[in-house]
Amino acid sequence: MTSDAKKLSLLLLFIPFALWIALLIVLPHIGMFELSLKEKIAPRVYEYSLANYKNFVTEPIYWNTLLRTGGVSLLVTFLALLIGFPVAYYIAKVAGKRSKGALFLLCLIPLWVSDLIRAFGWILLLRETGVISTALQASGLIDGPIEFLYNDATVVMGLVYTVVLFMIVPLVSTLDGMDNEMIEAGYNLGGNGFTVLRRIIIPYAMPGIVAGCIVVFMLSAGSYLTPILLGGKNSSWFTEQIYDQFITRYNWESGAAFGFVLLIFTSFVVWLGLKLSGQTLSSTVAKS
Amino acid sequence: MNTSTSVPDLECHQISKNFGSVQAVDQVSFDIPPGSFFSILGPSGCGKTTLMRMIAGFESPSNGDIRIKGQSVLGTPPNKRNVKMVFQHLALFPMMNVYDNIAYGLRCNGVKRADIDRKVGDVLERVALPDLAKREIHQLSGGQKQRIAIARCMVLDPDVLLLDEPLGALDLKLREAMKIELKLLQHQFNTTFVYITHDQSEALVMSDHVAVMNEGRFEQIGTPQTLYHKPATSFVAGFVGESNQWRGTVVDSTTDSISVDVGTGFKAIATPPPGAGLASGSAVTVFVRPEHISVDRAHHAAADASAKTNELSGTIDSLLFNGANSRVLVRDLTGELIEADITLTGGLDDPKPGESVRLSWHAASALCF
Ligand SMILES: Nc1ncnc2c1ncn2[C@@H]1O[C@H](COP(=O)(O)OP(=O)(O)OP(=O)(O)O)[C@@H](O)[C@H]1O
Ligand SMILES: [Mg+2]
Repeated sequence: MTSDAKKLSLLLLFIPFALWIALLIVLPHIGMFELSLKEKIAPRVYEYSLANYKNFVTEPIYWNTLLRTGGVSLLVTFLALLIGFPVAYYIAKVAGKRSKGALFLLCLIPLWVSDLIRAFGWILLLRETGVISTALQASGLIDGPIEFLYNDATVVMGLVYTVVLFMIVPLVSTLDGMDNEMIEAGYNLGGNGFTVLRRIIIPYAMPGIVAGCIVVFMLSAGSYLTPILLGGKNSSWFTEQIYDQFITRYNWESGAAFGFVLLIFTSFVVWLGLKLSGQTLSSTVAKS
Repeated sequence: MNTSTSVPDLECHQISKNFGSVQAVDQVSFDIPPGSFFSILGPSGCGKTTLMRMIAGFESPSNGDIRIKGQSVLGTPPNKRNVKMVFQHLALFPMMNVYDNIAYGLRCNGVKRADIDRKVGDVLERVALPDLAKREIHQLSGGQKQRIAIARCMVLDPDVLLLDEPLGALDLKLREAMKIELKLLQHQFNTTFVYITHDQSEALVMSDHVAVMNEGRFEQIGTPQTLYHKPATSFVAGFVGESNQWRGTVVDSTTDSISVDVGTGFKAIATPPPGAGLASGSAVTVFVRPEHISVDRAHHAAADASAKTNELSGTIDSLLFNGANSRVLVRDLTGELIEADITLTGGLDDPKPGESVRLSWHAASALCF
């Protein structure tokens, strides 16, 4: 093949990706960004200003919601790591060759059901007249019905449940690449279980851990359905504020500004996380 | 073989291991005197790694006892045994640099920071890599990794160092160099090395004693010379070094000579194994090493022909030139190929393919099992 033909075929391969990025991600965001800088000064009269962003800063309920979203998402990320790590370790290192595939598939099963259906499943279980409440009453453990929905714990649980998979997948792939000899060497040289975990397994799995945490944090902070359905109107999730601005108040300018605030905020948290863990994007997300 | 009166560094007493129905190690016993280089030589799958993993504590034997410096270690977990292991793929920790790799074990033992510094420096000095402390693992060459892996174990002053085919991953040239280096390192540290390999030249070159293992059992333990010249079983005779082999039946036997009909009309005279009287009619294999066979041109009646009890004639099939270790492949009258060592000088005098030759060897150098 001549180098021109090679270039052309490379270009053709690259085009769908480039189009996707340009049309669905870059262009809308430019539009949104422009929108977010506009201020309505009279009907159909707009002016460029930072008023929408100023509005966000001066109204405590907005940034409180954002901080709360960030904080709860960090908690979700941490819990997902806590639950996902042993599962991933089991799949990658303890399970036999044959059961490995089956277990991995089992982890993927929740993905086959839509978010919405899953959330309604939770609702069926947890509402006042739901399965758990009824069962507890029938067994005599509680006297009256209990509402398990619409509190923070439920939201966190639901979010962890939806995102934990995205923690497990990168962890399994990094742990899978770890030679068992390495763990045995850790013991052979005198380490106990805790030392081997802390000094060998976790540092080795760090790229997977960071990659999983980034994905999970982003998914959680940007999720809408789970917090709304399980947390109700009072869940105070930031995406709910954005939805509110766009749909209820029909204030697209402000909604766009909020969208950007969320983007900047989550990017900042990820950047901070990378700095604190001493990792880089290329050594983590790009690697797994 | 335990000549000194001191306690052996490592003793295994009748240890066995089975995985389900697979008998990986079968009633193996040996003891290793302090400061020696002991090799376990055997074909792939014979249970070498399993044996070593039992010594290190990663598997527990189904039967038998393992003693280190006289103490049974069966109840001791791997991290409390003073037996260190160099793994087949070395298992250096890629997320730590050389210094931290070596310091890892010391830190696990709670050694003070200043002592760690000194010990790591010392051991790096001893493996002749004093300037590499701050290097990352991926920046090392194959041979350097090897030495760091050994240093990482030796810094902990183990009673026994186990090495599981550590040269397997290296290329041929480096492997040759590392053989000698390992032997020198062992001398220098004066620690007992137990070295696993399926490569007989590694075992013969480096070891004070070699155990030949087959299908989970030890066939013979001895010095490399003993294994080579006085193999105890047919497996050892066939596995250690190279041999021409003939299968046949015994037609006549006395205590120090035995004649075997190998079925081609050729009657081989061989030495029977010590102690085992082979009855006429039993099936045996005769082993003759290439260097014991002399090759003469057919028309030269060799002067000492009468002294050699075995004679065969054939034609040269091909010459395998390899400097001083050149070989000739001779096809005998029945079509079998026989290997013999010859000297090729490069002159016109050298034998050529197609020439008729006469092969002869002493009964004393033909072993029979
Ligand atoms: N965990 C295990 N479960 C079942 N069988 C095993 C296990 N480990 C080893 N074996 C079997 O035990 C036998 C000996 O294995 P081992 O690994 O000790 O061989 P080896 O001598 O080290 O071979 P190689 O030179 O190829 O490394 C083999 O038949 C192997 O299949
Ligand atoms: Mg092995």
